[in-house]
Amino acid sequence: MSGKMIDLRSAAALIPDGATISFGGFTTQRHPMAFVYELIRQKKNSLYLFGHSPGGDWDILIGAGAVAKVELAYEADEAFNTVGPRWRMAVESGRIEWEDYSNFTMVARFTAGAMGIPFMPVRSLLGSDVLEQEALGPSRRRIDPRTASKKLHVMASPFEPGDQVVLVPAIRTDFAVLHVQKATENGTLRIEGQTFADVQQALAARTVIVTAEEIVDEDSLRREPERNPIPHFAVTHVCHVPYGAHPYAVYNYYDYDPVQLREYHDGARDDDAFQRYLDKYVTGVRDHEDYVKAVGGPARFDMLKASPDFGYSPDLKRR
Amino acid sequence: MTTSAYTLTELMAVAAAREIRDGEVVFAGTGLPMLGVMLAQRTHAPRCIIIFEAGTVDSRLAHLPMSVGDPRVMRGAATAAGLMEVFTYALQAGRVHVGFLSGAQVDRFGNINSTSIGPNPRRPSVRFSGSGGACDIACLARRTIIIAKHEKRRFPERVDYVTSPGWLEGGDSRDRSGLPWGGPTAVVTTMGIIRFRPETKEAYLSSFHPGLKARAVAEDTGFVLDIREAEETIPPSDEELRILREDVDPEKIFLR
Repeated sequence: MSGKMIDLRSAAALIPDGATISFGGFTTQRHPMAFVYELIRQKKNSLYLFGHSPGGDWDILIGAGAVAKVELAYEADEAFNTVGPRWRMAVESGRIEWEDYSNFTMVARFTAGAMGIPFMPVRSLLGSDVLEQEALGPSRRRIDPRTASKKLHVMASPFEPGDQVVLVPAIRTDFAVLHVQKATENGTLRIEGQTFADVQQALAARTVIVTAEEIVDEDSLRREPERNPIPHFAVTHVCHVPYGAHPYAVYNYYDYDPVQLREYHDGARDDDAFQRYLDKYVTGVRDHEDYVKAVGGPARFDMLKASPDFGYSPDLKRR
Repeated sequence: MTTSAYTLTELMAVAAAREIRDGEVVFAGTGLPMLGVMLAQRTHAPRCIIIFEAGTVDSRLAHLPMSVGDPRVMRGAATAAGLMEVFTYALQAGRVHVGFLSGAQVDRFGNINSTSIGPNPRRPSVRFSGSGGACDIACLARRTIIIAKHEKRRFPERVDYVTSPGWLEGGDSRDRSGLPWGGPTAVVTTMGIIRFRPETKEAYLSSFHPGLKARAVAEDTGFVLDIREAEETIPPSDEELRILREDVDPEKIFLR
């Protein structure tokens, strides 16, 4: 392997316990699931996650006991489940620390971090309890240097005193982990479809690990540089991980997997069923190759394969 | 015009669609709002534009998405980018006419809770997904339409947590909060349609769904609901039902 290439196990081994991390993707698409499963196999703990709308990537990590603290806007799989079951249980039982923001404000915070400025002004949150209420009070903020000293700050515009804005603090994380369609050994990336906040999350991180469906040659991506939104100098490590987002979708590659998502969500509210799911698909399989076999191998992925005309599987049985 | 048998979901999707005007820019989330916008585009509002917060503008949906990050939202989209682009250039800049919202609780000033139940949000008895983009849409869309399940406990005097600000404490309190514009104009519920008084911003029952009585709607509401002007909701037409069933959701993703 050359340049920035690294295998999945070695990449996950770079994450120390207690690290601050953000994962790419949005609810049902492009989460770096193979990487997340590897973190669980390596028994990471005390992770501190930042995100906007994660889905099962956070839920399974929280359920596996790997996460101590999160800052987020939303944790669910939308039509597959309106709340992440392990997230819900962790909050209700007091097993996790968290702070609530909104999607816009979390992405504004990543953007500030990516741009090297301390905060971003926005017009959102005014009048809401997202602004009025803090889950992490001042004393808990003081003892953790990884948490911003204040949740937010309301101020009048210095240019127009009648104009109120909300300042939200920049996020800088130790790691961002993305799953993308195409990468080169040099770290040039191609994201197809919606970019979500992957660009800002990557540029707000000190170390960026990318898992990719395909490794392609540098020239092929440089023919259309306007489609490569993250400069390669920001990318630290690249792993070749086909099906790396399963059971979530990757536009132009494969659809989300309703069968697998149902199996997860049907069991995840129950401790024993959740443990059985982990044993069957995560801790009880050796690596990602074995995971692909465990979920049904080529037959399953043929069912999910994206049609070139649509970028997803139009005939997929979803209900 | 009317009226074959229809489900409550179909009735609500049609009611949501009728709130949209032709040419409007609509910020829509998963479920009923998607049904409503797709139906509106196929009936009275062919030029309305749908934005999904995960980063697409003006999709020509061929299959109903199951999330706003579903690859299906890419179909025929005019622009695909990320959250920051649509939240800033479209929503914060005031280019979104209508936003759809939903939640576990809605109060008499149209404030919505999708965060948690209980007096102390630091130790909630029930935790939900959280805002997602809902708070942002509630703050920054020119007007919002709320979709909600109508039960007494879900329509309290005051929500436990204001995830998405409506008219706050009523009157001019929203203006005074510093929000530049916006506020809810309709709540499409499983029992009827609630609207808000222009001055006090107090909720009142605008219509009750066929088969119900206005009084029954008031009895299932946790605050005093003025029902004096309520009329029966106009039921879906055969044409609306046909389009919903055959074109919008033939896979029965949400029309179950």
